[in-house]
Amino acid sequence: MAAKTAKAKKESLELEMLLEWYRQMALIRVFETNAEKAYQEGNIAGYHHVYTGQEAVAVGTFAHLEAKDHIVTHYRDHGHALARGIDPKRAMAELWGKATGTSKGKGGSMHLASRELNFWGGYAIVAAHISLATGIALAEQYRGTDSVTLCIFGDGSTNNGYFHESLNLAAIWELPILFLCENNLYGMWTPAEEVSAVRDMTKKAAAYDIPAKQIDGMNVLNVYQEMQEAIAHIRSGKGPYFVEALTYRYRGHGAGDIEAYRTKEEVGQWREKDPIVQMSRYLTGERGVPEARLEELQAQVEAVVAEAVQFAAESPEPEVESLWQDIYAKPFPDSMSHSQGRS
Amino acid sequence: MAVKTVLESVHDTLWKAMEEDNRVVIMGEDVGAKGGVFRVTAGYLEQFVENRVIDTPLAELAIIGVGIGMAANGMLPVCEIQFADFIHPAFDQIVSEAARIRYRSNNAWGCPMVIRAPYGGGIHGALYHSQSVEAFFAHVPGLKVVIPSTPYDTAGLLYSAIHDPDPVMFFEHKRTYRLIKGEVPDNLYKIPIGKADRKREGRDLTIFTYGLMLHYAIEAAERVAKDGISVEIIDPRTLVPLDIDMILESVKKTSKLLIIHEDNEFCGFGAEVAAIVADKGFAWLDAPIKRLCGPNVPAMPYNHVQQEWFLPGVEDIEAAIRELAEF
Ligand SMILES: Cc1ncc(C[n+]2csc(CCOP(=O)(O)OP(=O)(O)O)c2C)c(N)n1
Ligand SMILES: [Mg+2]
Repeated sequence: MAAKTAKAKKESLELEMLLEWYRQMALIRVFETNAEKAYQEGNIAGYHHVYTGQEAVAVGTFAHLEAKDHIVTHYRDHGHALARGIDPKRAMAELWGKATGTSKGKGGSMHLASRELNFWGGYAIVAAHISLATGIALAEQYRGTDSVTLCIFGDGSTNNGYFHESLNLAAIWELPILFLCENNLYGMWTPAEEVSAVRDMTKKAAAYDIPAKQIDGMNVLNVYQEMQEAIAHIRSGKGPYFVEALTYRYRGHGAGDIEAYRTKEEVGQWREKDPIVQMSRYLTGERGVPEARLEELQAQVEAVVAEAVQFAAESPEPEVESLWQDIYAKPFPDSMSHSQGRS
Repeated sequence: MAVKTVLESVHDTLWKAMEEDNRVVIMGEDVGAKGGVFRVTAGYLEQFVENRVIDTPLAELAIIGVGIGMAANGMLPVCEIQFADFIHPAFDQIVSEAARIRYRSNNAWGCPMVIRAPYGGGIHGALYHSQSVEAFFAHVPGLKVVIPSTPYDTAGLLYSAIHDPDPVMFFEHKRTYRLIKGEVPDNLYKIPIGKADRKREGRDLTIFTYGLMLHYAIEAAERVAKDGISVEIIDPRTLVPLDIDMILESVKKTSKLLIIHEDNEFCGFGAEVAAIVADKGFAWLDAPIKRLCGPNVPAMPYNHVQQEWFLPGVEDIEAAIRELAEF
């Protein structure tokens, strides 16, 4: 009897967890759709890269992370920020460049961040953040914690010197870092295989003797299961791990991409593996979740995003004075006002 | 002559220079099959053989390092850095190798390469897609630094840069790409590197400026002209080598100098111009040399209010002119 209740409890727990993953993926999807809409309407400008299609990678991976763990990512960061729990209102406000945004409007789409959540942010100099992440992991190792640093980047970054130098360092110093390559087959408009000597990115990790695996990144359950081993390896002090998640971005590289480099058929084939659809099939089929429950979650995230959009729209612009804030820990005195330049 | 944008001017000049001389090759990220992020090299891959239009991985350091090797070994590479903000990983190659190879080899080798990079703000590029980087490179002897501001100048300077025996940093203001139009001759022609251009004749004060700011300055000068203030505008076209004579000649006439650039003020290129004029033109000056520049903050923010504030605008320039004219 007691054993039975325990099992029932575990199942219900697990189901709640799965539903949470579903909710997170749906939230990212709806958020991105609305961000693109706001872009088209002229409320968001500049360079804008959405995560649509890749949701399972972030959600399945982050499910293993704890508050003490760090995430350092690249400019395709909206999904990562939301999966880490950044308030959608503040994320959307940042895309709109508002004072209430995560970087008070300074950063925009590519630089969402939250110190409280150990979410170090999106970095727009491709691959540069891989070194930062390596240093963050080194600091944790120095302090003797069991914190894991997750560093996320695309296939394109693996051709860059920062990547190779950092992997080598992480390997020789046995750093607690998970290198997560989201291979979505393209770096901007260039197919990965045209600019990478190897197709299988795990071979690059092999060059530094870092344990590595390639996984299907379109199924959140699969991502979660595959990541278990990697995280356990790192947390137990065995050094770095490299995971290449095969995934796909449904939308162009950024706003305004005419996508001449790929076919509609290819996009269609990947859409058939849609992470949200796969999860909803699993939940309603194998786990007997009523459709209505998923619809409820969908309605919930739509409301959350609608609220975020409204919040962004109603938020104030930053004060011009904030241009000079946060340059140094202590601002220069007026007598050295060359720090201001034009006043 | 046809009317072209700055972008079309780069596209057409590079194209013709490649047709004319097969030592000229282009390389960079997405420049081939995709024609470049700004479409500067659209159609090149169809026109030229593949090994002359080289798509590289995302590896700025290697793009430049490899370019230097090619240049020293008999070719005329034109390397594209997608955004000037991404040039820094290659800074070492540019400063330590490209700029020094002639000097260290006692002229045995040179480095006839062009490094093209779109720079500047005004497009909501935010912290890593908006910067001006000219001052870093202007500081390094061995490099030439060219900043064209009009379609005509772009064509003539780019052609000169390609055939220049030394490394040329060629910075194109990305906001001017489609904004600025002008007549460009159909044939290839050279504008000498090191010759400034008087973009406007005037008596009361001299403005030294380039890039997007040049166009704003012209607009501001037209406005104050209605009130009888006569502004002369000197476009250096090349920061290194710098046409000091034309600047001094102008200051001698007007006795007042306003320096404008988008890059931040402290240790910006304007500081050098001010120092030279203070030294060589002191006797002619009737007012302090003034600078109107980007503020000294680490990067251009995304928010539009802050971005607009960062960039000196026509109103700011107009106000600075009036203030200096009254001095
Ligand atoms: C140092 C640097 N070089 C070039 C760029 C321009 N750029 C931005 S994203 C990108 C492609 C990156 O592809 P990938 O790493 O596969 O990431 P994805 O966009 O596919 O997620 C390029 C070339 C940049 N931001 N930084
Ligand atoms: Mg990619």
